[in-house]
Amino acid sequence: MINFAANTTYTLPILVHAAVPLTIIVVYALVAIWGERKVAGFIQDRLGPMHVGRWHGWAQSIADLLKLLQKEDIVPKDASRFLFKFAPFMMFAASYAAFAVIPFSSGYIGSNINIGVFYLLAVTSLLTLSIIMAAWASNNKWSLLGGMRSAAQMVSYEVPTIATVLTVIVVAGSLNLMTITEMQAGNDILGFLPNWLIFQNPFLIVAFIIFFISILAEAHRVPFDLPESESELVAGYQTEYSGIRWAMFMLAEYADMLLLSLLGAVLFFGGWNSPFGDFMSGPFWEFFWFMLKGLLLVFVMMWIRWTLPRYRVDQLMHICWGILIPLSFINLVLVALWEVIF
Amino acid sequence: MTDQISNIAEKREMTINMGPQHPSTHGVLRLELDLDGEVIKNTRPNIGYLHRCFEKYAEEMDDYSKVIPYTDRMDYVSAMNQEHGYVIAVERMLEIEVPERVEYIRVIMAEMQRIASHLLGIGAFGLDLGAFTPFLYCFIEREKILDIFEKTSGARLLYNYYAIGGMIKDVHPDFKKDTNEFVKTFRPKIKELNDLLSGNKIFIKRTANIGVLPEKVALNYGASGPVLRGSGVEWDLRKNDPYSIYDRFDFEIPIGKGEMGTLGDCWDRYIVRVREMEQSLRIIEQALEGMPDEGDVTEGIPKRIRPKEGELYARSETPRGELGYYIISDKSASPFRVKARAPSFVHLGLLPAISKGALIADMVAIVGSIDIVLGEVDR
Repeated sequence: MINFAANTTYTLPILVHAAVPLTIIVVYALVAIWGERKVAGFIQDRLGPMHVGRWHGWAQSIADLLKLLQKEDIVPKDASRFLFKFAPFMMFAASYAAFAVIPFSSGYIGSNINIGVFYLLAVTSLLTLSIIMAAWASNNKWSLLGGMRSAAQMVSYEVPTIATVLTVIVVAGSLNLMTITEMQAGNDILGFLPNWLIFQNPFLIVAFIIFFISILAEAHRVPFDLPESESELVAGYQTEYSGIRWAMFMLAEYADMLLLSLLGAVLFFGGWNSPFGDFMSGPFWEFFWFMLKGLLLVFVMMWIRWTLPRYRVDQLMHICWGILIPLSFINLVLVALWEVIF
Repeated sequence: MTDQISNIAEKREMTINMGPQHPSTHGVLRLELDLDGEVIKNTRPNIGYLHRCFEKYAEEMDDYSKVIPYTDRMDYVSAMNQEHGYVIAVERMLEIEVPERVEYIRVIMAEMQRIASHLLGIGAFGLDLGAFTPFLYCFIEREKILDIFEKTSGARLLYNYYAIGGMIKDVHPDFKKDTNEFVKTFRPKIKELNDLLSGNKIFIKRTANIGVLPEKVALNYGASGPVLRGSGVEWDLRKNDPYSIYDRFDFEIPIGKGEMGTLGDCWDRYIVRVREMEQSLRIIEQALEGMPDEGDVTEGIPKRIRPKEGELYARSETPRGELGYYIISDKSASPFRVKARAPSFVHLGLLPAISKGALIADMVAIVGSIDIVLGEVDR
């Protein structure tokens, strides 16, 4: 093991690379939670938070966070104490670690490794493990049911996600997210459309649809929010959690949502590339475009959440194994054929 | 803990308590479920968490009219209908007629309350299935009805507005205008609700063929109201045993037809409620037209309420089904016995029969679709 503290040439870069995504996640989470409540409010013909911080309740999430910090730290009597306390932080760590390979702009990526996509998918599988950990450790039947549902759901939906990601990799020919982004630069398709992968190949549009449905399920968003469906399982694996640990779950969930949306933006919508060619390009604007694309996908997730009812657990499995997986593999073959022919 | 888990693993079954503090048991219902995985093997409803001795209180009151506020608290989301049932029972015992205007006001109030109650039932049903937005849309409309009630009776939930032989006071001067306005704006909202929820693919998948209640079982258990009509039985006390002035109005009885799946499934029970709201609007329109403008609503209230010795069962159609009051009088000023036959209580008995083999998620849908109010179950 490398002694980081002794080797100061490594310490500073590591701290910086750890701090940048963390800042982005925390700021995003505060904005997104407020934003989600606003979106919900507008969809439901009400205003959402309006009071805290005067201007349209902008400080609502901060107030909520402070409230959660003050809450009593409750660990159920018969819970497995270590796992119970550890699970939320592990869940956050899993989605946080994956941000290392996300290219935020041409000037910034945490770790420019050549197996970026592989690393991202591997690290996010830890989410499932931490949810089961939380569910088991709570010693609550509702939590256990939620955890089991979650395990089944996430393991199943990883298959179509990976299959569609593979489709993109067949076209891009690289596992490095930076390289995949760079090759989508320029506006050549039909003379004006940007060279984003979704416009390059008709089958990639199908791939994106499958990918988006799968990430909805992976991020536990409606209509696939079964692990924490409040009207059936009380709160699923979160039932026994309160205060800051619950907030960590919330943070991890929002971070996961952003992560998968950003992955979608890289794979299908040109990552940090500006949609207008050279107009508004440069490291800062690249960051702006990238976050905009990611947040748009997050917004679509919120929009769906506040419109649709929820699927039942067996129907969810049927959609995955009966429809999405065969479709995504057929699609993979078709994309490969397209690449060979054209 | 390890012992518990290994027990579960051996038996492959676990017993889980759904409620009384569960978000979708509509109050304080407690269901003991025997689960194999998520499949329900057995359901045992436990009630009594909201028992407030309604029937005993009724005996202790020194006046028949003092029971009315307690009837409000039985089914607190359709208090007007509860009062209506009780006052017609006592009026029949006293053999008194009520003025024309009172009858019209009563019918309009009861039908408005029916719409409000169905809105809550439909909204909460959607909420149980994970659709949050329709719930709030329903509440916006329900709020308008409650505003009209508040203007007239002064209360938003428990009105104490019906009186034996009349009404406590006349309606607010704006009543006719407000109600007309509501009827006009509400029709398009039903369409909106149908677009958002009734026709939604996921919603249909979650409700069609779930919790099927065959006609015969429904009749054997004594079901009534939308639950019975959802199974395809055309039975509505407003038509089959008209009370008040319901025989004067032209309206239909919507029944389940098994459009999306099997006859008597959750979707049928749901859609019956939606269509009943349309029929209630028709009744309200006709009643508003026919309502006499003049007349003292309090003049018929008797000073002294002492029914002859005897007993009587009077029933009325509430949003949940047949509400019956069985009253025994011993000639004194207070009733000797008041027994309420609450539809929710009867429907709760259906639960074990129709939930076998369902998943937990279906259980939530079934409880939502029979639309129980625990205040009425426990009384």
